[in-house]
Amino acid sequence: MKLHELTIQDAHNLLKKKEISSKELTGAVLDRIEEVDEKTGAYITVVKKEALLDAENADKCISKGEITPLTGIPLSIKDLICTKGVRTTCASKILENFTPPYDATVITKLKKAGAVITGKVNMDEFGMGSSTENSGLKTTCNPWDVTRVPGGSSGGSAASVAADMCLGSLGSDTGGSIRQPASHCGIVGMKPTYGRVSRFGLVAFASSLDQIGPLTKNVSDCALIMNTISGYDPKDSTSVPKDVPDYLSALETGIEGLTIGVPREFDLDEGVHPDVSMAVKNAVKKMEGLGAKCVDISLPHSKYAVAAYYVIATSEASSNLARYDGVKYGLRDKNQNNLIEMFKNTRKAGFGPEVQRRITIGTYALSAGYYDAYYGKASQVRTLIIEDYSKAFEECDVILSPVAPAPAPEIGENAEDPLAMYLADIFTLSANLAGIPGISLPCGFSNEGLPVGLQLTGGHFNEETILKVAYNFEQATDFHKKKPNI
Amino acid sequence: MKISKKEVINVVKLARIDIEEGALDKFAGQIGKILEYIDTLNNVDTTGVKPTSHAISLTNALREDELKESINRDDALYNAPEKEDGFFVVPKVIE
Repeated sequence: MKLHELTIQDAHNLLKKKEISSKELTGAVLDRIEEVDEKTGAYITVVKKEALLDAENADKCISKGEITPLTGIPLSIKDLICTKGVRTTCASKILENFTPPYDATVITKLKKAGAVITGKVNMDEFGMGSSTENSGLKTTCNPWDVTRVPGGSSGGSAASVAADMCLGSLGSDTGGSIRQPASHCGIVGMKPTYGRVSRFGLVAFASSLDQIGPLTKNVSDCALIMNTISGYDPKDSTSVPKDVPDYLSALETGIEGLTIGVPREFDLDEGVHPDVSMAVKNAVKKMEGLGAKCVDISLPHSKYAVAAYYVIATSEASSNLARYDGVKYGLRDKNQNNLIEMFKNTRKAGFGPEVQRRITIGTYALSAGYYDAYYGKASQVRTLIIEDYSKAFEECDVILSPVAPAPAPEIGENAEDPLAMYLADIFTLSANLAGIPGISLPCGFSNEGLPVGLQLTGGHFNEETILKVAYNFEQATDFHKKKPNI
Repeated sequence: MKISKKEVINVVKLARIDIEEGALDKFAGQIGKILEYIDTLNNVDTTGVKPTSHAISLTNALREDELKESINRDDALYNAPEKEDGFFVVPKVIE
């Protein structure tokens, strides 16, 4: 096997036995980026020199016997997580030349664990989109079929993992932005419980929904990264002071006797691509074969989730993105006679169309006279959605569904119709509204050979159970072993 | 149309975004379509339902007010589009 194709766990075992060095491993990954990234366009910034230096340092630590599961492991980072001294663009022209003076807490944790950062990867601008087509800087293609999107918003993360241009990646998920690209690229992606992972240094999109999480080649690697990045951080007032279990050891037991809920509202025979429907139905059978009990459950308000989400997310975005005014950092438009004009011209030149649309919707929803009808109403519906989940988790341990209604669309397919793109988030965004954890893992391929993902969600802080179910499913199937031909 | 061109002009003014005159109709159309979809929320009876702003509610996260290391002025100004003598420079505000 080629070094860049290794999983984190396998690479770790080889590093520990000193059969390979991090310098060799990192070198192989950097060569791979040079070889294939022209075709996929996953990276915005590659930090070759720094990565090789980090690798040398990791090798020194390993020679002294100091090794963590991530020491010397090359990882890519979504370009909205702040990296000290390394440009962090959010794939936006407004931050094209922004270099953070500090590291996000997750980056501090990765560095402390000895991980090697290979660079920053593409995304929908500020995380707003489901295809990475809304990047203000470049196009990323799906490694399985370069005429298709990788999904989004963490499309660069997913493409870089799927094409072996890193061993794992960190993304962020506001409405499905980790799980959906993981599904479209045939890898594993997890959105942890709200408050599980610190967001200090994550550029904010919608603060009551955003979470950082891993994208990896398999479930064990996901658990390994979760072990490193989880936990309370006094620098993030929404981070929850709660002990972090060992997610890796949680994988070891079987799923016999567990109850898996299949929501009746997510009708697999209507509005879902037949290949996705088939793969998910087969997954249900597989779970039953593994000893789990699959039961019919109800999430009665799920059909309102998209509408509630797009009010809440755009409202929060309009407030969070008010900071991009051309004063303290980022782009400033040269065309300026006065302060207000400077703000307006800067935001016109710096934000792409989708960001402008969302800021406008959010500003409208929060404006005087409309607040109760939009934000107030959506926040009430959110309560009902959370109550649906609380009731459902009285009847089951895990909820199973598709991740996306169809495999990866072609590039440009939804370009003129933002609403069509929003509607494709139907299965993922409820988890963000409810703050619950969710994972996407490969469960099949379409007739055209495109990956199909399976989503498992669990109760608050119950990552262990969904990881365990995911791991058992993965071990009983071969979907995760197939690689794109790029 | 759910939202008029005039209303959109007013909202983008509030949001400090400038949309080109030629792009306004398409922009208003897209936003109108999204707002129409959002109106499906009116089909839900929310009488007496408390709104949720955070799914996991924590009470105030308080800490001691201690002096800690922070970024220095050079770092804070490093990304500034225009700076002078340790200050951010902006166009003249007061006539």
